[in-house]
Amino acid sequence: MRTMKAAVSRAQTKGSTRASRAVKKTVGRYNADPDMLIQILLDLQTTLGWLSPGVLADVSEQLGVPVSRVYHIASFYKAFSLVPRGRHIIKVCMGTACQVRGAPQLVNVIASMLNMKPGETSEDRRFTLETVNCLGCCAMGPVIAVDGVYHSKPTTEDLRSIFKGAR
Amino acid sequence: MTITLQIDGKEVKAESGVTVLEAARQAGVHIPTLCEHDRLMPYGVCRICCVEVEKKGRKRIVVSCGYPVENGLVVTTRSPRIDRIRKVLIELVAPTAMADGLLAGEMKKIATEYGADIHRFESRFTGKPIRCILCGKCVRYCDEVVGKQAIGFVGRGVDRRAVFFPEQARACLTCEACFNLCPTGKIAADTDFVVFDGFSVDDYSSGEL
Amino acid sequence: MTDMNDNRLSSAKQLETLRKTILSKRDAEKPIITVCTGTACQAYGSLEIYRRFVEELERQGVEGSVLETKSTGCHGFCEQGPVVVIFPREICYVRVQLDDVPEIVSTTVAGGDVIERLVYRDPNTQEAIPKESDIPFYKRQMRLVFGNNRYIDPREIDDYIALGGYAALSKALLRMTPGEVLEEIKESNLRGRGGGGFPAGLKWETTRDASTGSKYVIVNCDEGDPGAYMDRSIMEGNPHAVLEGLVIGAYAIGSHDGFVYVRQEYPIAYENTMNAIDQARDYGLLGSDILGSGFDFEVVVHRGAGAFVSGESTALMSAIEGKVGEPRMKYIRTAVSGVKGMPTCLNNVETWANVPLIIERGAGWFKSIGTEGSKGTKIFSLVGKVNNTGLVEVPMGMTLRQLIYDIGGGIPQGKKFKAVQTGGPSGGVLPEQYLDTPIDFDELTGLGSMMGSGGMVVMDEDTCMVDTARYFVSFCCDESCGQCIPCREGLRTLRDILTDICEGKGKGGDIEAIEDIAEVMEDASLCALGGTAANPVLTTLKYFRDEYEAHIKENRCPAEACKALTSYYVDPAKCSACMICLRACPTEAIHGEKGIVHWIDQEKCIKCNTCYEVCPTRFSAVRRLSGEPLPPPPAPGTKVTREKKR
Repeated sequence: MRTMKAAVSRAQTKGSTRASRAVKKTVGRYNADPDMLIQILLDLQTTLGWLSPGVLADVSEQLGVPVSRVYHIASFYKAFSLVPRGRHIIKVCMGTACQVRGAPQLVNVIASMLNMKPGETSEDRRFTLETVNCLGCCAMGPVIAVDGVYHSKPTTEDLRSIFKGAR
Repeated sequence: MTITLQIDGKEVKAESGVTVLEAARQAGVHIPTLCEHDRLMPYGVCRICCVEVEKKGRKRIVVSCGYPVENGLVVTTRSPRIDRIRKVLIELVAPTAMADGLLAGEMKKIATEYGADIHRFESRFTGKPIRCILCGKCVRYCDEVVGKQAIGFVGRGVDRRAVFFPEQARACLTCEACFNLCPTGKIAADTDFVVFDGFSVDDYSSGEL
Repeated sequence: MTDMNDNRLSSAKQLETLRKTILSKRDAEKPIITVCTGTACQAYGSLEIYRRFVEELERQGVEGSVLETKSTGCHGFCEQGPVVVIFPREICYVRVQLDDVPEIVSTTVAGGDVIERLVYRDPNTQEAIPKESDIPFYKRQMRLVFGNNRYIDPREIDDYIALGGYAALSKALLRMTPGEVLEEIKESNLRGRGGGGFPAGLKWETTRDASTGSKYVIVNCDEGDPGAYMDRSIMEGNPHAVLEGLVIGAYAIGSHDGFVYVRQEYPIAYENTMNAIDQARDYGLLGSDILGSGFDFEVVVHRGAGAFVSGESTALMSAIEGKVGEPRMKYIRTAVSGVKGMPTCLNNVETWANVPLIIERGAGWFKSIGTEGSKGTKIFSLVGKVNNTGLVEVPMGMTLRQLIYDIGGGIPQGKKFKAVQTGGPSGGVLPEQYLDTPIDFDELTGLGSMMGSGGMVVMDEDTCMVDTARYFVSFCCDESCGQCIPCREGLRTLRDILTDICEGKGKGGDIEAIEDIAEVMEDASLCALGGTAANPVLTTLKYFRDEYEAHIKENRCPAEACKALTSYYVDPAKCSACMICLRACPTEAIHGEKGIVHWIDQEKCIKCNTCYEVCPTRFSAVRRLSGEPLPPPPAPGTKVTREKKR
């Protein structure tokens, strides 16, 4: 039963000390101000890499905000992940300028090479492949960002060497 | 303060602060709605109650559930433009609203009244038949009237869903207020109070919905 | 308790004294090396280039002769990045590599000579143009707002002050009443630069008059139009200009609390803004009793979290309240009832950045620039199929042709111009016959497009207009909050119909369905995202209906771009078996060897266009076929028939 499994895993993650400490610290930094809910979740996403049910429940409790609102925000925005992600995040810009310069083909090439679809995390948790709407470097299009490092007009060779280097 | 406006050619008097929808009802003019409920704050998302208003020669389409009455406002509740809007809205939402190929209750009435072809976009539909139009009556009632927030929205766009939060939903067993509010009948049909299987936030997080 | 911060300026005189002190430490004759480190140039490695300059100057023992090496925000000439400009001679080096740095230091900085190979070359005349202001890309711009980027290190408030920064604030707070400030902005006819083009002065006035209680002012830096990055470059490169404008506006409106909303995809803009706020506060230009005027103002920065719709004003205000950033049904202006029900004035980054200029030089000066209905300048991101991609600032009234050809340098590789898309996903395409349209809010709206926030995407003969419509609709569908039926279901259905058309599955009745849905979306959507999302579809239908019909009736994509309708084919008569495409193919779909004609395995081909691009022009052996049958592959072992050129 999926929900039972989730409830069990929720109980487990709630106990995660590292996560609980991070929540307490982050909420404290913003003086437990509920207006700063989105900012708090952004910081936690950066620190923890994803937002587990336990973390969301903790935030709800410490800010005095209904858990439904916390979940709505966590699931509404692209910055947040409700599931663990890969060690290396690949973002392919799909902004208009990159689009016009062949971004969709580039996504296909990368998806092909890594045997995954956009939005997915690879089985070995090595990569997460995402498409994003405009990284703001349109003259360099098409652009990809791997672990925050930008690559302009990557050739197949470039890609092979980038992915090889990402363990 | 009393406001005087015109609805479908009829002069109507209403209290300042009421909406065009409320004024129309008081005057006996029927405007269909899907997401509106008299115990809830207007939400304005189904857009079915839209009407044409004219003010100082300028015409606009607005939703009557949220537009405050104004002196001299000229309101039209039926016209080719309005009728087309209601017809196409039902046609657009039909694939996500249907259960067993049929529309229920109020939606069925609107579809018939406006000549909507509920199967128009069926063959093109690539989404999931969630049996939900996201009117939010369940979410808003639980929040504004019951005060429990046991059911809420998650996701965005075509992935938006209304889901139960199991811990908060323990209170639902004795409540069931949202059951009768649901325009598609989904809540009454699909809710299992033990595990909220297929309807809970955990199902959303695991990608099931 | 006394404030121990003795940096606080508490009068106009103190500000001017500080300015003079800063300037006195700078010798106008000594060279300054500026390295553009805007996000895009950073992606090209410009931060390393900057650091290398610092090291190299010391290593070569010339650092004494150089005033400073400055890492600045975006200069705008993004196509040619990394860009390095050496003042005061304005020597502009483009496409600078890390290894060029030692030579620049020894030859130009120490030796005073220009390095020819690093200088910009006119693509048509091949003329070398070393001086920045002579380069056509820059020459025809009017960089009133953006120009300061190249003189400022955005992390140094002193740089901004050295250029005259905060003089407008001083004038407003200490020599003008709030009413006079507001009148000046009203008089200037400054219209919102975020897309709506609403008169800023009117919005300020409505906010001011709404009540006497708390009011808010907001900087909207949620710039989400794909292909537009003007706001990012201002916020990154000159955050003080925006802050100064914001405080002036707050003073005019009677607000003491402001917000800056920056999208999280702009981490450098966020950091530079936070840093600028700290530095401004340190100088008493933010906080209580600014410049001794008695006026208090605080600002808080919020980051977005990855949602285009959150840039809509009611959505943004919800997010600032810690709620989901989705729009609300709104029949009362946010200027009257916004954040927490208080009057709130939200303006775009570029709008705020114009304010200090107007206060400093006057509404009359501002009105002397631009057209009757659109005053001042506008920054555009000129991108896509154009030679000089980058950020350009031009006076309103310049024509699209002048922008795209005189500044943009025209279409690369000699391709034919097809359309220019303005206004992002809310805007429309304009074909060739409208190239002489002056850039003006009302002119563009009149043609079915809009100015929008400034994105200007140039498209050529290889761009499929149906695919363009599909792209924008998909974008909006992805970004829709999903609350209202017309937008959520309308965009999904439009996206599916357009995708089908691009895949050769278009049906009779599709165009009528598209028009039906588009019109209902326009009429009935809750917010402007849904309300304008159909514009790209409607304008492409209006001007390029023939493309739609070719897709539906002939299964043909005239631009040979739609993958499902296009096949790649190596012409055996032209192939010289050079192996270039074979090696470049990412899926190893091309077979052949030296001397044996290459052929593409259609099962493996992913239509990435690589082979088409890499096949040497003198062979041009790769063809794209659409709407016609694909010839069978050559018999195995077919030899090359081309004569080898000597």
